[in-house]
Amino acid sequence: MPLNLNRVGMPNREPDVRNKDFIEVAEGYNDEMALEEASRCLNCKKPLCVGGCPVNIDIPRFINQVTKKDYDSAYYTLKEFSLLPAVCGRVCPQEHQCEGVCILNPKGAPIGIGRLERYVADKFRESGNEEVLKKEAPTGKKVAVLGGGPAGLACAYDLAKLGHDVTIYEALHTLGGVLMYGIPEFRLPKNIVNKEIENIEKLGVKIELNSVAGRVNTVEKLMKEDGFDAVFIGTGAGLPYFLNIPGENLNEVYSANEFLTRVNLMKAYKFPEYDTPVFVGEKVAVVGAGNVAMDAARTAKRLGAKEVYIVYRRSKDEVPARLEELEHAEEEGVILQLLTSPVEVIGDDCGHVTALRCVKYELGEPDEGGRRKPVEVPNSEFDIPMDMVVMAIGQGPNPLLLETTKGLELNKRGNIVADDEGRTSIDGVFAGGDIVTGAATVILAMGAGKKTAQSIHEYLMKK
Amino acid sequence: MYKIVKKEMLNPSIVLMDVYAPDIAKTCKAGQFIVLRIDEIGERIPLTIADFFPEEGLVRIVTQAVGYTSRKLMNMNEGDSFLDFIGPLGKESEVENFGTVLCICGGLGIAPMFPIARELKKAGNKVITVIGARSKDLLIWEDVLREVSDEVYVTTDDGSYGRKGLVTDVSKEILEREKIDHAWAIGPVIMMKFSALLTKEYNVPTIVSMNPIMVDGTGMCGACRLEVDGKTVFACVDGPEFDGHQVNWDLSMRRMNIYKAKEEIALEKAIKGGF
Repeated sequence: MPLNLNRVGMPNREPDVRNKDFIEVAEGYNDEMALEEASRCLNCKKPLCVGGCPVNIDIPRFINQVTKKDYDSAYYTLKEFSLLPAVCGRVCPQEHQCEGVCILNPKGAPIGIGRLERYVADKFRESGNEEVLKKEAPTGKKVAVLGGGPAGLACAYDLAKLGHDVTIYEALHTLGGVLMYGIPEFRLPKNIVNKEIENIEKLGVKIELNSVAGRVNTVEKLMKEDGFDAVFIGTGAGLPYFLNIPGENLNEVYSANEFLTRVNLMKAYKFPEYDTPVFVGEKVAVVGAGNVAMDAARTAKRLGAKEVYIVYRRSKDEVPARLEELEHAEEEGVILQLLTSPVEVIGDDCGHVTALRCVKYELGEPDEGGRRKPVEVPNSEFDIPMDMVVMAIGQGPNPLLLETTKGLELNKRGNIVADDEGRTSIDGVFAGGDIVTGAATVILAMGAGKKTAQSIHEYLMKK
Repeated sequence: MYKIVKKEMLNPSIVLMDVYAPDIAKTCKAGQFIVLRIDEIGERIPLTIADFFPEEGLVRIVTQAVGYTSRKLMNMNEGDSFLDFIGPLGKESEVENFGTVLCICGGLGIAPMFPIARELKKAGNKVITVIGARSKDLLIWEDVLREVSDEVYVTTDDGSYGRKGLVTDVSKEILEREKIDHAWAIGPVIMMKFSALLTKEYNVPTIVSMNPIMVDGTGMCGACRLEVDGKTVFACVDGPEFDGHQVNWDLSMRRMNIYKAKEEIALEKAIKGGF
């Protein structure tokens, strides 16, 4: 059979229509598209894609099941490895993972693994079938999971399946972490997240919302007074960084976290139906070019901003966001202001933003990682008129839990030091996800949660 | 759900509520705050804890009808519940035996001052409290503060009760006549600003309790940024208490106005909603 290099494209809503609402951009494969794309899979004897997946999904197996129209089996294959296939099918950076190592990738046509994953998960959810959840006999061991984001959810899910008594403590009023407060509705509909998270509760995991780790429940209290045999810390990278440039505390300067939390978690895009307001300028600069920056820029556009700029000090080739996010942002009218870095936010006497003062950069010699280092162009300062600025330059570890946990070793950046098995410096205390690695991706956090669940299980059964 | 066990109007615009939140009541300390959300469509608002009763599992909040959410809150009754009630957040007051402490508080700030003054008294300080309000009918908790203070002075802007004038006027007299070792100031930003400017003249270390706009209250969003000693800090995790002599007050006052235009839209909604 000749190689089929016609990758089936993802149908997306029209840019000029979708950039005015919060309805999902990507429409998903229909049955024919899914069958066609699945049939391209070569079913490699030594599939590279499985190794490229942080949770090692048996990709050829599920794709093969799609070709046989055995959609239920395909779904259960995904669920053997991943708690949130409908989420991951949408937000994983597949081009750097499974699809990046697909044997067809060098020919420019890797299998649309993420799209097929999403298709299978959506099809199952829309079928209305009740998911069969398998659970081992109770072990009598209690585990506390701090943080209900991707790492904590994945860890809790696997531990519960293994028969442990698991309680998740979540600071916000809903589970999901970044899936709920960070990633916008138009990229990841919240009803889909909620539906996938429901299984956690169905497995018997107890959920304590509004419970800020390290406050009511310190690690010490959980282990000594509340009888937990192990604790998993998955509190994520919550603390937004700022550039520390003058004018950064002017009124219309937001962290991307605040802007997105207001819009996604608090539904400010429905203000005044919902009570939480958000400011949106006419001319908005988003500083940074990661996925979070793209989310913020596209959100500002949807909320009515006339001009939205991505301000990034390197060139387009270095943009860290997923290619798809960058393309979508550009299609929707987001302007790329590349090789540019802000040095000051200019404001008026009342504290309102009026401009972003920037300098030009050019790419110099490659650094150790091979990325060409941006170098400032002398005397290149210029102002871009703006009335809102969003800082999307990353997040650090949230200090709330860490400062109340004695004996927990942290690295220079304030992240928890944990080994490959998720073990920290305290016996019985494990950690995984962004709190260990620094801000990364949903799937890497899930992978860490999953892997650590296994090592917690071994720890508990030896105890 | 977090039930309102008791509701009491302290005056026509200030309400006291005791909320059943046993975990918070057991662990909270003077100076800390909670974040609450009334219902599914509600916003998250921070309120400094006014008192707490570990045995009964109750946390006391006192608030004033100023914005949309506080009006909505005022409309709730005993037996109703908040959907979310999160805490204790922020750092506790750093109380020790300083000697003589001046507690300057105004308006709604009188309520969160109470547990701090109580701690100060317990630690062996002589506590001199100055409380102020615009007028007599707006003054709250004079009797409550008297319980934990050695001396209490009352001021009203219009002279309808106590001394006519501002809390800073009486505070200045006190600072002139006796040695004050430490001060706390809690109230409207403008009041805290001028209290801090005053105590600086006398070199009295002064703690203020900041209450800026917040969303999550756990360090995640940075809405509550302040400048203290020239550095950006988050009121929610680094505070809410700061050295009043180092706070950039004008910045804090400006940042309170971010949602002024939106607040008018919300108030229209409040009127339509009958509150």
